[in-house]
Amino acid sequence: MKILCVCGLGQGTSLILRMNVENVLKEMGIEAEVENTDVSSASAERPDYIITSNELAQSLGDHSSKIIIVNNFFDTDEIKTALEEANINQ
Amino acid sequence: MKFLDESLVALDVDANTPEEAIKAAGKLLVDANLAEDRYVEAMIHSYHENGPYFVLAPHIALPHSRPEDGVKEACVSLVRLKSDVKFGHKTNDPVRLVFGLGASSSDEHLIVLQKLMDLIGNSHNVEKLLQVESYEELKKIFGGKEK
Repeated sequence: MKILCVCGLGQGTSLILRMNVENVLKEMGIEAEVENTDVSSASAERPDYIITSNELAQSLGDHSSKIIIVNNFFDTDEIKTALEEANINQ
Repeated sequence: MKFLDESLVALDVDANTPEEAIKAAGKLLVDANLAEDRYVEAMIHSYHENGPYFVLAPHIALPHSRPEDGVKEACVSLVRLKSDVKFGHKTNDPVRLVFGLGASSSDEHLIVLQKLMDLIGNSHNVEKLLQVESYEELKKIFGGKEK
């Protein structure tokens, strides 16, 4: 399973999100390849899941990957709930 | 690597717009010779281009740009705003804490981000950051966790 964390520049925000997502996945016992990038590069990629903010999800438009939205990038409970709602463990 | 050194922290700064708030956080990096003026312009440009997605959590903004936009060393500054500023983020507005991130391509970039996550990943710390009255008090919040 491949997961892409996406922000505007691929420098800071998506890296923070990625580190928190990796921690949550570990806690859930799920193995996945997690990477981070900027929103324009993300348009060309086809991971299983894209995790990003509400604003940037809109710029991604109709992407074939399943898009997961997170509002508070530091809230691991919110990240966990979002991953569970996306049935990421199945 | 410079992480919230005394010269990189300003408490209760006046700013009326997101641009002024970003500029204030960026200016601390420029004055400390950690980033060039054009990096601050790039941070503001990124806000105009990509929107307020860098308002990462309630009250917290992390404006930044790319290493090649003029960062000399991995660094983080903090401006606490005197009053709320709305960045246009649906769930995390209004902003009070603006962390100016000087993004670097070195390993230190990961270290400063990890330090930042340790600090603001804890909501109690965020409450304290909103209330501290001096740099000494602020330093205790993140200084206490260092080994």
